[in-house]
Amino acid sequence: MKLDTAKLLQKRKKQILELWMKNQLVDFSLREDLMSNEELTVQSEELVNILLQSLNNGNLEDVQSASFEPLYEVLETISRSRAKMGYSPRETGTFVFSLKDALLNVLQQEFKNDPVLLLEESLKVSKLIDSLGIVTFETFIKGREEVILRQTDEIAEISTPVIRVWDGIVALPIIGTLDSSRTQVVMENLLQEIVATSSSIAILDISGVPAVDSLVAQHLIKTVSATRLMGAECIISGIRPEIAQTVVHLGIDLSGIVTKATLASALRYAFSLLQLEVRKLNLKTNQL
Amino acid sequence: MIVLSSDSMPIMKELDMVVFRNRLKEFAVKIGMSLVNQTKLITAASELSRNMLRYAGGGNVLIEIVNAQRQNGLRLTFSDTGPGIPDIDKAMKDGFSTGKSLGLGLPGAKRLVSDFDIKSTVGKGTTITIIKWKNG
Amino acid sequence: MDKIPILKIGHFLMVAIQVDLYDRLALSLESDLVQAVSKTGAKGVLIDISSVSIVDSFMGRILGNIAGMSKVLDAETVIVGMQPAVAITLVELGLPLKGVQTALNVEKGMELLQKKIQFTEEEEIDDDSTLQ
Repeated sequence: MKLDTAKLLQKRKKQILELWMKNQLVDFSLREDLMSNEELTVQSEELVNILLQSLNNGNLEDVQSASFEPLYEVLETISRSRAKMGYSPRETGTFVFSLKDALLNVLQQEFKNDPVLLLEESLKVSKLIDSLGIVTFETFIKGREEVILRQTDEIAEISTPVIRVWDGIVALPIIGTLDSSRTQVVMENLLQEIVATSSSIAILDISGVPAVDSLVAQHLIKTVSATRLMGAECIISGIRPEIAQTVVHLGIDLSGIVTKATLASALRYAFSLLQLEVRKLNLKTNQL
Repeated sequence: MIVLSSDSMPIMKELDMVVFRNRLKEFAVKIGMSLVNQTKLITAASELSRNMLRYAGGGNVLIEIVNAQRQNGLRLTFSDTGPGIPDIDKAMKDGFSTGKSLGLGLPGAKRLVSDFDIKSTVGKGTTITIIKWKNG
Repeated sequence: MDKIPILKIGHFLMVAIQVDLYDRLALSLESDLVQAVSKTGAKGVLIDISSVSIVDSFMGRILGNIAGMSKVLDAETVIVGMQPAVAITLVELGLPLKGVQTALNVEKGMELLQKKIQFTEEEEIDDDSTLQ
């Protein structure tokens, strides 16, 4: 009997696909903005093809069977690409589950005289589609995770630019929250740049850091200590009044660190350490 | 956690520490650990192997490449049959030392790795297990 | 046993650590250096650790000891060329080597020593003039 169901479905492939497409096209979750109906038909046909092929030589009762591997693979590809295109989980889920309606519909027509068999076969088909649904969600989430991981890497990379301000002075503006993994990246980039440019002064500008608590202060102190171990001086600039207030209220000791309100005053201090000065040209002498 | 490969070596004298550090470096390079993490791990390992030599007269260390949650890491297990540590909480505090050292060995090593576990029985010995993830 | 060579350049002593230090070698460096400072009356000690990839608490203590002992013998110590990874590790370990002078490279270390010594010499001259 099992073989019958598989064969039967195979025979009614065209009808299944039609029913499925109809289901999909009337559903409110249809996203014509993300995928044209032609594309959707191609994708659906591919999935129905591979599903029925697997059924042919596979066993409907065993959803873990190796013969379903190619089916899962196709489904994973579809799900992942949909995650990247911006489909919502509900939309991707509906895509798969609307196939169940089509299959059950066909079964109903075929077995309408044998309710027991209909129930039996319907349960099996239902179980298979449920399993496909789970695979879809797993892959969908994995796809999203990949996007998040890539973005995290990108953010870490672009958020710590070391700028050569002057011969012997580098600056690093920190934008965003300073957690321990971020501190790690900041420290590494800063110290490497100090070696590369043999700069003796580093300015760490924290005007873009939303809040400084004792943990963030700890990270700043660590960065300053590491810079000093290398033989360079580290100045913290961009201390906003609110930050000065919290630092004192929390009783954080920053006395061992040179702090300046703005990047400009940090730069002025750095110039004085390097015995440099910036002067305005006297224009009157030019007129003589 | 899956163990991908492992190696074990005794640390009975000072020069074994040098050999061990080099071997550890090879493992760390093999799994593509960043230079900073390599340095942290080897420094922590150096502290722990010195402790083992100094307080227990030597011991054994097991190096393993492990994998969990889609990332690789190195797990080191230092085991000795020395006198053991009577008060682990105290030993884990900065600046505590029964010898003449700075007392940074255990707490310092803990700060340098991703995972730190210590078990000790007085009179039987001490086992310390540390893990450093490739990007941890 | 290996030995780390100590070079004398003018008023200064210079040591370049090129091998991975094990404890006994570090201890012998400590005593050799202090002996050399005393014997030569050097005013400054420069230790280049740019080839050292691991500094643990023991090695850190030795560096601190050398600086402290030299200071007692009226010599300044400068550690130069620490690798970024080593600096980050030392901070995390809880050993910021307070009281030890550092510089980016040998050249900058020399400049720093020169400045320190000029300063102390000027002070001495000042002291002399007030005595007269």
